[in-house]
Amino acid sequence: MAKMTKEEVIEVAHLARLAITDEEAEHFADQLEAITNAMELLNELDTENVEPTTHVLQMVNVLREDKSIPGLDRDLVLKNVKEHEGGQVKVPTILE
Amino acid sequence: MSLVDKTAAQLQEMIHTKETTIAELTEKAFDRIEALEPKVDAFLALNKDRATQQAKEMDGVPFAERGPLFGLPIGVKDNIVTEGLETTASSRILEGFNPIYNATVVEKLKEAGMVTVGKLNMDEFAMGSSNENSYYKKTKNPWNLETVPGGSSGGSAAAVAAGEVPFTLGSDTGGSIRQPAAFCGVVGMKPTYGRVSRFGLIAYASSLDQIGPITRTVKDNALLLNAISGHDDKDSTSANVEVPDFAAALTGDITGLRIGVPKEYFAEGVGEAAKQAVHDALKVLEERGAICEEISLPHSKYALATYYLLASSEASSNLSRFDGIRYGYRTEKAGNLLEFYMNTRSEGFGDEVKRRIMLGTYALSSGYYDAYYKKAQKVRTLIKKDFDDAFEKYDVIIGPTTPTPAFKIGEIIDDPLTMYANDILTIPVNLAGVPAISIPCGFENGLPLGLQIIGKYFDEETVYRVADVFEQATDFHKKTPQTWEGAAQ
Repeated sequence: MAKMTKEEVIEVAHLARLAITDEEAEHFADQLEAITNAMELLNELDTENVEPTTHVLQMVNVLREDKSIPGLDRDLVLKNVKEHEGGQVKVPTILE
Repeated sequence: MSLVDKTAAQLQEMIHTKETTIAELTEKAFDRIEALEPKVDAFLALNKDRATQQAKEMDGVPFAERGPLFGLPIGVKDNIVTEGLETTASSRILEGFNPIYNATVVEKLKEAGMVTVGKLNMDEFAMGSSNENSYYKKTKNPWNLETVPGGSSGGSAAAVAAGEVPFTLGSDTGGSIRQPAAFCGVVGMKPTYGRVSRFGLIAYASSLDQIGPITRTVKDNALLLNAISGHDDKDSTSANVEVPDFAAALTGDITGLRIGVPKEYFAEGVGEAAKQAVHDALKVLEERGAICEEISLPHSKYALATYYLLASSEASSNLSRFDGIRYGYRTEKAGNLLEFYMNTRSEGFGDEVKRRIMLGTYALSSGYYDAYYKKAQKVRTLIKKDFDDAFEKYDVIIGPTTPTPAFKIGEIIDDPLTMYANDILTIPVNLAGVPAISIPCGFENGLPLGLQIIGKYFDEETVYRVADVFEQATDFHKKTPQTWEGAAQ
């Protein structure tokens, strides 16, 4: 099995929007390598003609009538927002 | 007046004969919680003021309008949202989060007249098998305070075992109800996937997560599942099937019942005491008319790898919603939006959550998707088929819940693979989606062992019937842990 490098972990962390230090990346690289190596066990199985399972119950798309229903009250929705102004969520500057 | 060793039926009898009131019962529950929490650490937020008020009002409701759980106290795992009661999933990233609506199960508890006393500690986002991954506290096993209660619903199992509360709700993605129930010597049911609405359950792995009851007896467990089951328009994966009366299924008759005993559940790594306890339990069931035969679930050994790939992949997607914008923890240090996301998430999530998010991101990333994620989905099909095949001939499948009893706090927290192996006997059930219960069946060095009874899709009734027959024939459920004595009754 391929070795999990520190650089790969940093790349994956970036994709997952996690900031990690070099030291953490090394630690996680060792652990993730051990875990992915254990996952290699699955390659013993021939799954060429096996359908993947995404959902265990036999279900078709669940649709509802296209009818509008009232949403939650705006003040209520803003209750857990750390910073807001004029009914809008405040975030750091994204455009200079 | 003691509430801790009473069943729902006994508590209702005491209320009906005016031996106690709902208000008094609620007060006693809080007394006991306050007396035991310094030792057990099962609860996060308590709902004392509202519960006390609610209980007083409920004493005025006519008996004719009350169901079997009316007025009884319950604790709820902290990944189930409760309006106006802090809900964190034991994560720093949700510190102070105050939900603006109730999960469907919480609404159903209200309809049943149950009194929510508080929220229960867990492994962060339900990722873990020991409760050591909580940001807030480490729950202790009431049987031995140096050992873990199991996880991730460790607080839910410990609170019932200690007699802090007779009912709790947990959630089970890979064993998170059954493993702590086994470790704490209580009854924990993971219903069929789709039986209970997941609306308002903070998602870990959506194709596996299921809410279920933890109690001291099988009958009480069935009553609580009655209360929380049913189709819900708000959860598109909830099954539109009829909900039977699970408590009515406890007929005491298992004559001719066919039990499959998978040899893979007695393989290397499963302790001698756990094996012996299950063999003894099977004898008890045979004496009552059941027929036991050894079977094979040949893909069992692939379940752990399959689970960690699928669950981590789903988690990496589900947990992308925690970005610090609309709710939860927000970093103080960010020059731009990208830094804001990255710092918020790094400071807000614990190590195990980061590990699984990264594993999932890796498994889903371009170049690895087929090798990992899709491969695991295919193996899931084979694992599910093992159960489908077995259930053509057998009514239930029985084995141990866990390979060993509870381990010491701190013993394996730094070794993820060893920690994951705790769930080796419970994970296949989630991958297949079938229901399974853990009930107490023995002890090793004073720590409880669990018997796992697995049923067909939507056949929780048979699972409960078998569990009840075993419970009636034995007295493991009557044993109480060391924390039982010395606290306010």
